[in-house]
Amino acid sequence: MEETFVTENYLNMDLLRFTTAGSVDDGKSTLIGRLLYDSKSIFEDQMEAIEKTSAQKGHGYVNLALLTDGLRAEREQGITIDVAYRYFATPKRKFIVADTPGHIQYTRNMVTGASTANLAIILVDARHGIIEQTCRHSFIASLLQIKHIVLCVNKMDLVDYSQEVFDKIVAKYKDFSKTLEVPDIHFLPISALNGDNVVDKSTNMPWYKGRTLLETLESVEIENDYNFVDARFPVQYVIRPMNEEFHDYRGFAGKVESGVFKPGDAIVALPSGKESTIKSIDFFGKHLDQAFPPQSVTLTLKDNIDISRGDMIVKKDHLPTVSQDVELMVCWLSEKKLVPGGKYVVRHTSKEAKAIIKDVKYKVNINTLETNEEDKTIGLNDIARIVIKTASPLSYDSYKNNRTIGSLIIVDEFTNETVGAGMIV
Amino acid sequence: MKLTHLQQLEAEAIHIMREVVAQFERPALLFSGGKDSICLVKLAEKAFWPAKIPFPLVHIDTGHNFPEAIAYRDELVARTGATLIIGHVEDSIARGTAVEEKGPNPSRNTLQTVTLLETIEKYKFDACFGGARRDEEKARAKERFFSHRDEFGQWDPKNQRPELWNLYNGKKAVGEHFRVFPISNWTEMDVWQYIASENIPIPSIYFTHQREIVERDGQLLANSPFITVMPGEKVETRTVRFRTVGDMTCTGAIASEASTMDEIIQEVATLRVTERGTRADDKRSEAAMEDRKKAGYF
Repeated sequence: MEETFVTENYLNMDLLRFTTAGSVDDGKSTLIGRLLYDSKSIFEDQMEAIEKTSAQKGHGYVNLALLTDGLRAEREQGITIDVAYRYFATPKRKFIVADTPGHIQYTRNMVTGASTANLAIILVDARHGIIEQTCRHSFIASLLQIKHIVLCVNKMDLVDYSQEVFDKIVAKYKDFSKTLEVPDIHFLPISALNGDNVVDKSTNMPWYKGRTLLETLESVEIENDYNFVDARFPVQYVIRPMNEEFHDYRGFAGKVESGVFKPGDAIVALPSGKESTIKSIDFFGKHLDQAFPPQSVTLTLKDNIDISRGDMIVKKDHLPTVSQDVELMVCWLSEKKLVPGGKYVVRHTSKEAKAIIKDVKYKVNINTLETNEEDKTIGLNDIARIVIKTASPLSYDSYKNNRTIGSLIIVDEFTNETVGAGMIV
Repeated sequence: MKLTHLQQLEAEAIHIMREVVAQFERPALLFSGGKDSICLVKLAEKAFWPAKIPFPLVHIDTGHNFPEAIAYRDELVARTGATLIIGHVEDSIARGTAVEEKGPNPSRNTLQTVTLLETIEKYKFDACFGGARRDEEKARAKERFFSHRDEFGQWDPKNQRPELWNLYNGKKAVGEHFRVFPISNWTEMDVWQYIASENIPIPSIYFTHQREIVERDGQLLANSPFITVMPGEKVETRTVRFRTVGDMTCTGAIASEASTMDEIIQEVATLRVTERGTRADDKRSEAAMEDRKKAGYF
């Protein structure tokens, strides 16, 4: 990084969160290592440490995969246990990578990593093409409403950089992906080990005219991934300074999850249905003229209506569903199986409510995408459609229209563990 | 309508702080005087304005502090009107719950964990904010925003709660607590850019100065009453600054002439060693951080 660092550029960068998926030997860790290494995000001491370990283990090359193994047990067993987060930046964007392991508990980890991602990189081995796992990863990405998939056909060096092999895989994936709800899919032939088309354009594949992986990550349009239509402001906390200067101040602190709020907007507080008007949008001494996702701000209202944590401030024109009955796709995250008829706690936006599992409609076989209405045993890594009833009403949108207002987690009342991830249908 | 990455990170951190204040009864902010915890204080001011920061700042004082960091801490407390609680490692040593290490390089780093847990217990804190970032160290890359600690204050990396969307599960049994890391997703550069763009004052040791230095195992340690100069070691005055603020016995300086925020940022952009590379406490073994974290470290 010899060039002068330009702060102005840095302050104009946007943020892309992506997740990576691939089966165990698809070269996922190598790819991430390559991105970090070629974008100069690896420091000398980190590099020295993995060079040392690679040599000790007798690897023939510096094993970039070692960069991502954070825990002792992982280094010892050569596996990755949990989602790890990596960071790198180019002059255009900052990237947050949710690196999810490719073996056991895969679904749970990928769902976790995908829940905050704008984009998913799905790796396939050029020698094996589209396999069951590719379909599973794509289904999860689609279920989690990731709008952008980059299908990287890796290990092109092992198929003589053949365009024919690449084209066949692309054709097959295009056919399969018609069943998905992913609007934007990119296809790239790469070799993570050698760096072909990762950061630098490959000289081995002159037939490929498209962007490299890094260029793709830098240029994917993510601005419209937010829902700017349905104004939703879950109240997290009520700010009451109770001092001389701000004697009567009552501010509703929260994050704009979707839509746009402006002073003067007519609002409705849910679930009470009480109405008022936005007096000001405050942020650390400033009055803003609008607030949009994902800003954290404080709203004050013209009328003194009763609003507390767990309530939602919305605009009248696009109301969410307010109901105690919620139907959702759930990914089960716990070894302890889902108990039909069991009582749980759900956390939805800033609200917490007791809930009962009313029905399990079907389980999805994530390898074939077939639904099974007979087998209703929902255990770790299973994905199912269920119906719950909550003790007090939730204000929600469908996950498809609104990723934050349409998602919830299910918590075990006794162990306090997070046991389910729900996407409202 | 678009936020820069720094604005997004700020919004995320504020959201997390507000969640903590709403979900827990007795939160506290672990304040070291370092740049990361300085950022946390700024974020807390922003999250709750116009109210004051609704939780105390807790400083675990090893007794081996840079005086500049202590002066800074006291000014900050006066300026923000925040409550300050100090836990002294000396007190733990006096009580016999912690025992000073032997040797020329006694670190109070492990002892700090004892005092931290004792302070948490004494004040019954149920959630402690920390300024740890995932880019700092590989064990930290696996850390959650809401990190559950059992009744012994321990972290179990293999049994962490999955964290989805921006829903944070702070439920716990009696005696357990949480560590919360609002700036998990920030990098060192993000922190510096934030400090620069918000004009946040920082302790003077971050800027270049002349200081007596002892070079030990490739590290530039500040000469102080807390370290023993070994035969063959030289004390020399060098032009240095610090990249992190920790215990004087284990925080290494770097040779630097950076005297302004802008120069620091330029330097950080070109540095090729991680900031924890200047910390002797991390060099003890490959899993040094993991082990300390499991025991209840920051």
